[in-house]
Amino acid sequence: MSHCFGRSTTTDSTPAVLARGLCKTFKHKTLGETVAVDRLDLCVPRGVCFGLLGPNGAGKTTTLRMLLGTMPPSSGSLEILGLTMPGDECLVRAKLGIVPQADNLDPDLSVIQNLRVYASFFGLPHQNLDAHLDQLLAFANLTDRREHQVESLSGGMKRRLTLARALINAPELVVLDEPTTGLDPQARHTLWSRLEELKAQGTTLLLTTHYMDEAERLCDELVVMDHGRVLDQGSPQALIARHVEPWVIEIRHAAAVAQHYACLDGVGKLEQHGSSLFLYTHDRHHALTRIEALAPTLVAPPILLQRPAGLEDVFLRLTGRDLREGA
Amino acid sequence: MNFTPNLRGAGAVFSRNLLVWRRLFWPALVMNFGEPALYLLGLGLGLGHFIGEMDGVSYLAFLASGILASSAMNTASFEGMYSVYTRMGPQKTYDAMLATPLRVQDIVFGEMLWCAAKAAFSAVGIFIVALALGLITSPSALWVVPAAILIGLAFAGPAIMMSAIARNYDFFNYYVVLLLTPMLLVSGVFYPVDSLPAGLRPWLDLLPLTHAVELMRGLMLEDVALLRPWSNIAVLSLYVFFGFYVATWLVRRRLLE
Repeated sequence: MSHCFGRSTTTDSTPAVLARGLCKTFKHKTLGETVAVDRLDLCVPRGVCFGLLGPNGAGKTTTLRMLLGTMPPSSGSLEILGLTMPGDECLVRAKLGIVPQADNLDPDLSVIQNLRVYASFFGLPHQNLDAHLDQLLAFANLTDRREHQVESLSGGMKRRLTLARALINAPELVVLDEPTTGLDPQARHTLWSRLEELKAQGTTLLLTTHYMDEAERLCDELVVMDHGRVLDQGSPQALIARHVEPWVIEIRHAAAVAQHYACLDGVGKLEQHGSSLFLYTHDRHHALTRIEALAPTLVAPPILLQRPAGLEDVFLRLTGRDLREGA
Repeated sequence: MNFTPNLRGAGAVFSRNLLVWRRLFWPALVMNFGEPALYLLGLGLGLGHFIGEMDGVSYLAFLASGILASSAMNTASFEGMYSVYTRMGPQKTYDAMLATPLRVQDIVFGEMLWCAAKAAFSAVGIFIVALALGLITSPSALWVVPAAILIGLAFAGPAIMMSAIARNYDFFNYYVVLLLTPMLLVSGVFYPVDSLPAGLRPWLDLLPLTHAVELMRGLMLEDVALLRPWSNIAVLSLYVFFGFYVATWLVRRRLLE
């Protein structure tokens, strides 16, 4: 199977994506000029899984659309797989696989027809095409659904078919926009295993996601962006080490009585999210002792949850924690 | 900006539509052939009984040649509006296509070819009815098939332009009621253009359907002469080219901005 999709041996030394000072502004009738992407610098090396993280409206989808050549940048330079965008977008898209945020499978066609028609858009030769499509169906675990109409598939199956469709041209770079949004846990795990398989074959993956567990699990390197700018870049572990204390103690339902806990500020960073207080600390034993010492002064005993700090904490700290509306 | 379509790409778009259409063959047959055939028989035989001859031919023959042109117009227009809009908007078919080496001009050209093919399909249906009614006496009438393709191409572009600026299906009511239907009534489908006020003539010559009807009538009926076939072809061709460029520009603006 390893020989059919991936390009494990690439001699090309150019990065998969190289953006310099990339900008995109929109003109709105009511809002005036808004900046969706603001002087973005991005370098995605080949062969890695690269994550683009950010809250809604951070500019992720706009960035992806510029990378795919379906939206012209307002300014800046962009190279994909060593080719210049926009300009070489046909050549670029011939080497790209795209899994969009919203499914755009062809509802008028069956599973196998979806793949066959998509192959024709790439102008792939008919020779050996059927064998290739069978391999893709097997990869997507859809062999028994071959003749089914797309409408009858579950959400997870549609996603897998979209992924199989994106691999039809043996792409060097696969771009996935929130690939597991709306899927149940089982379907997410199946998709993750497929993406890991692809990565092992040497395909470069670029994905956006809201799920920090997904980013932590799949991504070798990621950027956190907000307001169209990169806030930081690094491996998940490096970002965690750089931005948050190693331990988090959550005190449930304590936001209303936050003043009782104010004295903990010296033990670590005390923050409020929703109805809970979060204590980020280097020394959790010391912190727990201090909280227990406070217990007699409280009306109800505190409900505590402790865990190692993760990407979610980095994300919240970097992007702020105000609720996002819209996009 | 590059507008040159890639024929292989346009062919792939065309083939995709053909594949879908094969599944929907029977409803398409009723729509594109059954409806105009009913008009032809109902009006041609019913009204024809009272009218007798028009412009030197039987009213049935006169109407058949007009409906040949108008059904090519309608078929291409409705495909270019409702079907193209569905693929461009709700179904996101074009978004998927634009993730491949296909470009907007390839998609628009492929869709125009497809609209033209459906127009020809509809024309062949009417042609068979006319043949059965004994209205066609000369093999040169087979030229109506390439003529239907040209007419289909001429109406496809403007229809796709409408799709590109439409925000919902109801928008097409404007195009149908304000442009297509008036055109159908004044372009010589049901009665000769000569019977309209002379001052209108130069304006009617701007309408593609006037030329489509003249061309079809001259090709199909031995007793009606082709007065200015090259002018007819030239005007229709202008609509083809104008429609293609503007439609490509508008679809690009809608999908790529």
